[in-house]
Amino acid sequence: MYYSKKTLKRFKSPEFAGEIKNPDAVGQEGNPQCGDVMKIFLKVKDNIIKDIKFKTYGCIAAIASSDMMCELAKGKKLDDALKIKPKDIVNGLGKMPPIKFHCSILGTEALKKAIENYRRTKK
Amino acid sequence: MKKVYLDNGATTMLDPDVIKAMMPYFSVKYGNASSTHLFGEEAKEALERARSIIARSINARPEEIVFTSGGTESNNFALKSIAFTNKDKGNHIIISKVEHKCIMNACKWLEKQGFDITYLDVDKEGFVNPDELDKAITDKTILVSIIHGNNETGTINDLKTLGNICKKHKVYFHTDACQSYTKTELNVKKQNIDLITLNAHKIHGPKGIGALYIRKGVNIKPWQNGGAHEFDMRAGTENIHGIVGFAEAVKIAMNKKYIDYMANLRNKLIKGVLEIPEVILNGPTGNKRLCNNANFSFKGIEGEAIGGYLNNKGIASSTGSACSAKTLEPSYVLMAIGLSPEQANSSLRLTLSRFTTEEEIDYTLKVLPGIVTSLRKISPFWKE
Repeated sequence: MYYSKKTLKRFKSPEFAGEIKNPDAVGQEGNPQCGDVMKIFLKVKDNIIKDIKFKTYGCIAAIASSDMMCELAKGKKLDDALKIKPKDIVNGLGKMPPIKFHCSILGTEALKKAIENYRRTKK
Repeated sequence: MKKVYLDNGATTMLDPDVIKAMMPYFSVKYGNASSTHLFGEEAKEALERARSIIARSINARPEEIVFTSGGTESNNFALKSIAFTNKDKGNHIIISKVEHKCIMNACKWLEKQGFDITYLDVDKEGFVNPDELDKAITDKTILVSIIHGNNETGTINDLKTLGNICKKHKVYFHTDACQSYTKTELNVKKQNIDLITLNAHKIHGPKGIGALYIRKGVNIKPWQNGGAHEFDMRAGTENIHGIVGFAEAVKIAMNKKYIDYMANLRNKLIKGVLEIPEVILNGPTGNKRLCNNANFSFKGIEGEAIGGYLNNKGIASSTGSACSAKTLEPSYVLMAIGLSPEQANSSLRLTLSRFTTEEEIDYTLKVLPGIVTSLRKISPFWKE
């Protein structure tokens, strides 16, 4: 099969899909022309990601990657969340067709932007 | 789970009657049509019977039909061989911007061999403008190749008008009719066509078999060399079981009642899908559209994701989105009709067959709105 079972499961019922009302920060990455855009919503307390949700325009891999990334980030300290690599997302999903790796990069980039936005507004 | 196949533009189910017709040629009638014994004669008879059926279906003569391995081979054969056989007359070829990948890539290869290719624009419904074709032809032009029924937008080009222009300029006219064959009129005399690409697996025939119609008198040499098969035009032992299946598929599909049947279901599908907010139909409406084709763009959501959720419900579809393409580029066909990359990425193609039932269309119309709503709920581009 083209996608792993884990990818298809997350695509089918993404746990972290949605929006956080009054988020502490938002980060968006991607371009609809290329087919993927990811928006991340954060709730942060004591430098820890208390809640995280995503909204994604994109394919099966993009939606599954968004969900995986949120699961990896939730509960982490901001500095640790920044250390999440695209490879961690791919590993979490089992496997990913090589042409879809950019979807996992999109995930970490969107999170990075959200954390940067959070730190900027807190200063 | 219910399984609904709405990707008949990709390939179709083999008709059980076609399988039945093919069976003896796998087992007892296995002769080589080039052999002069009883076994060979049996194969040869089947070959020529099939050739007549296919010739008749497009108002051609049997000796004008050359069997090939399918649409891609026929298209490559027509373009490359016409180009090289006639290069003393000129090096200019005209195609449109919405041709199938195999025409596009054959032309890219021909460009590297020193040929000039003009890529004609199409209008917002996907039609080639006859006046633009007329103006594009120069004294160096040797061939025009325009797709008949488009595989993505369903647009059916007016072959008669385009063919007359080519005739006036004494330029060869080829058309790729893989999607349109038996679904709308194809008549080589009425429409002034010199070469036509045909194939079997889009009309409930087997894969791996097609044909190229070559009008008598066209200056073309074989592209594949070998023995004297197919009037010395295409070498290789004939795929008799495939050819028999192809002819049987044509015989069945020529019944015009199927066109109306598919068109009615397609119209119901289009009407139902357009009731979902912020959806557009890509391509024309009515009888200028392939009777089995529907193609939509859904605002705010991506095509592969829609297809993924449809797949979860047992429905097979396809998309022109960048995500599904190996190139990560949105469909060049949808871009050529003026869609933005976002709209092309949000496209979904549903293609029917004569085996599609009304119940299957009703089921699709029942599940699709919910899928669109749930994907829009998680889209950053959708505001309730």
